[in-house]
Amino acid sequence: MELHSTTAHELAPLLQKRKISSTELTKAVLERIEKVEPRVNAYVTLTPELAMRMAQDADQRLQQGNTVTPLTGIPLAIKDNMCTRGILTSCASRILHNFVPPYDATVVTKLRNAGAVFVGKTNLDEFAMGSSTENSAMKLTLNPWDFERIPGGSSGGSAAAVAAGETILALGSDTGGSIRQPAALCGVVGLKPTYGRVSRYGLVAFASSLDQIGTLVKDVEDTALLMNCIAAHDPMDSTSGNIPVPDYTTFLNHSINGIKVGVPKEYFVEGMDPVVEQAVRKAIDTLAELGAEIIEISLPHTEYAIATYYLCATAEASSNLARYDGAHYGYRSPGTDNIVDMFSKTRAEGFGKEVKRRIMLGTYALSAGYYDAYYLKALKVRTLIKQDFEQAFQQCDVIVTPTTPTPAFRVGEKTEDPLQMYLSDIFTISVNLAGIPAVSLPCGFAGSLPVGIQIMAGSFEEGKILRVAHCYEQAAGFCRSRPTL
Amino acid sequence: MTYESVIGLEVHTELATASKVFCGCPTTFGVPPNTQVCPICIGMPGVLPVLNKKALEYSIRTALTLNCDINEVTLFDRKNYYYPDLPKNYQISQNYRYLGVNGLLEIVVDGRSKRVGINNVHLEEDAGKLLHPSTASADYSLVDLNRTGLPLLEIVTEPDMRGIKEAQIFMMTLKNLLQYIEVSDCKMEEGSLRFEVNVSLRPQGQQAYGTKVEIKNLNSIKTALKAIEYEMRRQSRVLDEGNQVIQETRLWDDVEMVTRAMRSKERAHDYRYFPEPDLVEVRISKEWQEEIRRHLPELQDAKKRRFIEQYDLPEYDAQVLTSSKALANYYEECLRVYNVPKAISNWIMTEVLRELNERELEPDEFSVTPVHLASMVKMIDSGTISGKIGKTVFAEMVETGKMPDLIVQEKGLVQISDEKELAGIVAKVVAENPGPVSEFKKGRQKAIGFLVGQVMKLTKGKANPQLVNSLLREQLK
Repeated sequence: MELHSTTAHELAPLLQKRKISSTELTKAVLERIEKVEPRVNAYVTLTPELAMRMAQDADQRLQQGNTVTPLTGIPLAIKDNMCTRGILTSCASRILHNFVPPYDATVVTKLRNAGAVFVGKTNLDEFAMGSSTENSAMKLTLNPWDFERIPGGSSGGSAAAVAAGETILALGSDTGGSIRQPAALCGVVGLKPTYGRVSRYGLVAFASSLDQIGTLVKDVEDTALLMNCIAAHDPMDSTSGNIPVPDYTTFLNHSINGIKVGVPKEYFVEGMDPVVEQAVRKAIDTLAELGAEIIEISLPHTEYAIATYYLCATAEASSNLARYDGAHYGYRSPGTDNIVDMFSKTRAEGFGKEVKRRIMLGTYALSAGYYDAYYLKALKVRTLIKQDFEQAFQQCDVIVTPTTPTPAFRVGEKTEDPLQMYLSDIFTISVNLAGIPAVSLPCGFAGSLPVGIQIMAGSFEEGKILRVAHCYEQAAGFCRSRPTL
Repeated sequence: MTYESVIGLEVHTELATASKVFCGCPTTFGVPPNTQVCPICIGMPGVLPVLNKKALEYSIRTALTLNCDINEVTLFDRKNYYYPDLPKNYQISQNYRYLGVNGLLEIVVDGRSKRVGINNVHLEEDAGKLLHPSTASADYSLVDLNRTGLPLLEIVTEPDMRGIKEAQIFMMTLKNLLQYIEVSDCKMEEGSLRFEVNVSLRPQGQQAYGTKVEIKNLNSIKTALKAIEYEMRRQSRVLDEGNQVIQETRLWDDVEMVTRAMRSKERAHDYRYFPEPDLVEVRISKEWQEEIRRHLPELQDAKKRRFIEQYDLPEYDAQVLTSSKALANYYEECLRVYNVPKAISNWIMTEVLRELNERELEPDEFSVTPVHLASMVKMIDSGTISGKIGKTVFAEMVETGKMPDLIVQEKGLVQISDEKELAGIVAKVVAENPGPVSEFKKGRQKAIGFLVGQVMKLTKGKANPQLVNSLLREQLK
């Protein structure tokens, strides 16, 4: 098997036993990028020189052998909304087209310390707002399984890069499904951890109470390895949980005999692609065969999730994105001669259509006279949705649903209809509103396109998810499928 | 018509913490622009705030001292508005659940006590400063973000003050209190105590409030008072002319000494407050409140009582010396150098306070430090200089800041206590003033004063007065 299509848990022993070097591995990945990137367009910024330097450093560490971690020497891609010191962090927005942060996000620091090799920054929907990565101001990323289709979003660049072998590991961020939905559409494993499990410091905020950094990798074991590095309490993030982090690899290779799997009836809806439904039903049967007890559950407030989400998320976004005004950094509209013009023209020219749409929505939801009816109401419904899950997890250990209602759609298919686009997150959004963790992993194909199954658990119960996911993955074997490029 | 003014205040005080409220930057005043900043306080993408516990503690201390109810769970909210000195274009403040509510501050007006209600006390971050070039042709402004993120405590009163005097006494009492509890240095010239004023007028005797006007940009008590005075005149003119006061926000112009309309009620900002999602709710337990209460610094009344007991001072002295924390500190520092409570008190209540008032200085800005003053009093007590010469030395210390022994040495002010030398001068004065001498001998004790004065005149005040007195009495026997 070629190096670029392997996993970190396969590579780490080879690196540590000096069977291969990080330099070789990194070169192999860079060569792969050279070959397929012109078609995939997963990266906003490639950092081959930095990668080679980091690979050399990793090789030195591996040689000395004392500070080696399972990620030492492993190539990694970072979504371009996480701050990287000295490297452009654009959020795929014109307004940050020249923003080079003087600081690292906490996760980036952790990965540097672990000895990971930074290959580049991946494409996304501008400020992570979108479900297809088509809202990027930088480039159009395509799905490695079908170049006429989108990779999902907003972490479409990271998902496509992993699927195409343009990196071994990748980080994404997930506010309403932005890790899990592209993971499903690109046939990779994407975990959105519990809100507060991974520090948000240095993640450029879209919706602060929903954003969470997570992993996009080829299988469940790599998910555990990457989580072991990035999950931690961070004093720099007041919302991060001060709860001990287990060794996530200890949840692998366990039976799921007797595990209770809840299947919410609200997640099998009209208009769902029948092939997707079939693949998910089949995966549930597999879980049953593996010894899990399948029970039907109800999450009664599911139908309000999208409306609730688009009030909470846009309200926070309207404030989070206020700082981009041209005064201090980033794009500034040239030739304005007063501050009001400078602010408004900078923002008019610097933001794309979807970002503006959400800023307008959020501003409206917070305005005097509307606050109670929209924002406050949304907060209340959010609490109900959270309670739905709390009640459900009294009956079952994990909840299994489809990740998306359809496989990857065609480029341009939904760009003119934002509501249709929003509906592609219908199964992922509630998880963010509830703050719980969820993974998407491959569970079959609709034609040539991957289909994903979503597994959720209660807050800080990532271990349960990994246990069930790993058991399923080993039985089903879809994680071995790669697109032919 | 005669009107009664109704006044409410919003007081902003910068808390005297070592670091900013949501990041670790230092808070030193007067450093070069944009040298006290980090990605967090300048609001770069991706950064997050972390609450400074000391700032919270100071806020609780203030709220407790102002007799507020403390909300056991308090929240921060975002106040959204665009301005280039506010790098995130929102200010982290409190709106939906203030830290402290329903407080009161007692003030004394014309010997009568009056309670001013405190609507709320809340914590927020300060904004930066815009620097506008002085040349009219300049087409730019500069931003200094050193002040951005300093902890700012806002104290909002009820509209309980009537007339300018009550407002003045409230502001001075509050300033004094904030200094006493050591939460702020209240240096108005550094902007660490700023005011916004609400003023309305109503015909004397009327219950209902008139239309209020809010005045911003008041950076000292003096300015606030001028603005209130101006606004009262302006509003009474408007009302006298049969017009209505417009509800609006006005800005004080410190050059023209007028208030100017800034924005009307209709154009008031919609700040779109919502809970700050980057911070968690803050729990302030009863235990913590009690602990803070137990460790409150000594307040004015306690200090006054202690001064009376410990230093055996008259109540009047103790009252004056504790009128500000800085003055009380000055006094006690003097005593640490030379422990003569009443003599030091006398000097402070007369010479020191006169100079401070004339020069509008705080005790810690005064050229005569406690060491200066105490050393000088010690020189008087030891007979090195006379009390009269002391005043000369004091004046010299005020002007030059030199130590008293140096001044005495340089100016040759050492007291003449040489009996032989003085006896000659005394003999000369007796010989030259037969009139007063004979009056004294006839029993007019007072006449000796004139003779002592003559000796002092001849010695330029350096003669030891007790010695002169006894030599005179001896020679006139």
